[in-house]
Amino acid sequence: MSDRSIAARWKLIRSERRAALIPYLTAGYPSVERTREALRMVVEGGADFVEVGVPFSDPLADGPVIQRSSHAALQQGMNVAGVLELIRETDLAVPVIVFSYLNPIMAYGLERFARDAQTAGVAGLLLTDLPAGEDPSVEQIMRAAGLDLIRLIAPTTEGTRLADAVRGAGGFLYVISRLGVTGTRTQLDEHAAHLVSRVRAVSDLPIALGFGLATGEQARAAARIADGVVVGSALVERLGEGIEPARRLMAELRAGVQGPFDRPKP
Amino acid sequence: MRRAPSPEVKAPARGRFGQYGGRYVPETLMAALAELERVYDEAVADPRFGEELNDLLRNYVGRPTPVSEVPRLSERVGCRVLLKREDLNHTGAHKINNTIGQVLLARRMGKRRIIAETGAGQHGVATATACARFGLECVVYMGEEDMARQRLNVYRMRVMGATVVPVGSGTRTLKDALNEAMRDWVTNVTHTHYVIGTVAGPDPFPRMVRDFQSVIGREAKSQVLERVGALPTTVVACVGGGSNAMGIFHSFLDDPAVELVGVEAGGEGLATGKHSATLAAGRPGVLHGSLSYVLQDADGQVQPTHSVSAGLDYPGVGPEHSYLRDTGRVKYDNVTDGEALDAFHALARLEGILPALESSHAVAWAMRERRWSARDVVLINLSGRGDKDVAHVAAVTGAEL
Repeated sequence: MSDRSIAARWKLIRSERRAALIPYLTAGYPSVERTREALRMVVEGGADFVEVGVPFSDPLADGPVIQRSSHAALQQGMNVAGVLELIRETDLAVPVIVFSYLNPIMAYGLERFARDAQTAGVAGLLLTDLPAGEDPSVEQIMRAAGLDLIRLIAPTTEGTRLADAVRGAGGFLYVISRLGVTGTRTQLDEHAAHLVSRVRAVSDLPIALGFGLATGEQARAAARIADGVVVGSALVERLGEGIEPARRLMAELRAGVQGPFDRPKP
Repeated sequence: MRRAPSPEVKAPARGRFGQYGGRYVPETLMAALAELERVYDEAVADPRFGEELNDLLRNYVGRPTPVSEVPRLSERVGCRVLLKREDLNHTGAHKINNTIGQVLLARRMGKRRIIAETGAGQHGVATATACARFGLECVVYMGEEDMARQRLNVYRMRVMGATVVPVGSGTRTLKDALNEAMRDWVTNVTHTHYVIGTVAGPDPFPRMVRDFQSVIGREAKSQVLERVGALPTTVVACVGGGSNAMGIFHSFLDDPAVELVGVEAGGEGLATGKHSATLAAGRPGVLHGSLSYVLQDADGQVQPTHSVSAGLDYPGVGPEHSYLRDTGRVKYDNVTDGEALDAFHALARLEGILPALESSHAVAWAMRERRWSARDVVLINLSGRGDKDVAHVAAVTGAEL
């Protein structure tokens, strides 16, 4: 087995003294064919991990851009089986993380998903509406299939809750840089650095910062404090315009995470 | 000395009803839910909270609401029918029992901004009312389609100083209003309390809203015992999210002789797919923060719903109802739009009471069922009044106002 694990990729990123670039895209937006192209494009453009979103009818943690892309993807007939098929056939050179609300995965079948995701080459899973500890049986099934469980850490995750939230996490921690839904914002929240240092105090996992990051400059600011940068809405918006605008954004973001950055030894 | 509990006897997890319920929310909200749970527990243990709530329910809301004899409807149904008159509450529905309680909790938490979702507008009005009473900022999310169906309630909310935000996403009804309210809460959680209007959403909302609404069943049980000298044969209530039903059922759950029936919106008939009968046609899933029955397609996408009544037009249902359905303690049935409209007119003509279209579903079920003997007593929860529905009923029946 070639090592396409999340941990192996982090080793490479660290050795290059840069931060990870983690694009998100909604599977099926603006079309299945365009998603296929976009998956290949972001890897060519320097993605370290790719987050592939399963569209859901009621994306209550998402802002207008992902709401629209999810709706459009559902119109295209995208579903869990389609997402796994896209991941399988594109056979990307970097680890792929499935990003989903719980219900489509439940409807597909938890065991069936764990098995099929593993077969398709999925490395990790992030369930937006399954906070740590809420349903341990779901997490056990996914972990047993070798999937890393990526956990969200919010600015409101404090004290004992922070300890609970990192327990059993795998791959990296996805730290939400501000309160709110997904979507672009003009400035990196000033509290982000403080939040990242709080999380570092309780976990050795790498930290990716996301929510509202849209430009190369913001990526650079985030890369100074975190180990990786997630970009979702801004990229999805560009993909709506076409592959080329999205490719240009990827280049800008990739320059932003290039470093070199010095960071605490894990 | 007490023995340690044996390992195989597991207490149900807090916030769960059997497997249903839970907190399926973005991580951002977990702290707020923990805080709400703690503050609610403290309030329940604080006699002053109970005194303040009871005083408001009595002298502001107008409780206790009466139980009315309805002789002409009884004749139609074939047994003695009693109505629990939640329509006589201030603002015209049971919703205010919950909003007063939650706004008192928000004050305890020091949160001065209140948000809510609304379908028919009754919960929005009840929230705007409680906020006006305590001088809190109030923002109500409402689907654009519901705003058109319930213009009167939109205006009532605005008169009381609330901001009504139109929701144009998805099906532009109650479920989308809930999504948008959740998005607001995720963004403003540190200074905002979300007053969920029904027994759905993440724990502790389902049990907390049920507790605030259970005043309906406590009153009704003693009123029926006093008037009839026995428990009712059947208690019936409409179910959308299910708060008025949980409110009246709760006091009767441990009385196995009392039949409990929840009536969902059958819309244009289950076979047409245009309905909101979640417990009849849904299956367990996660929507709006809890595990419960959900109307969904094979891919787990939530299905569009339909009901003549905006308050029942919802693809989910409170998790405790899912549990009571599976255990069989409560029977769930449904009636169509047409049956509900007929019941709306029948109760108006026979008794001089205009029921809300939601409550008309419960009345319609009793009128259709007609299987009781003269000695039986059917207690219907008349959860709200129909003034808000007059324009809509006129429009769908082709009458002129």
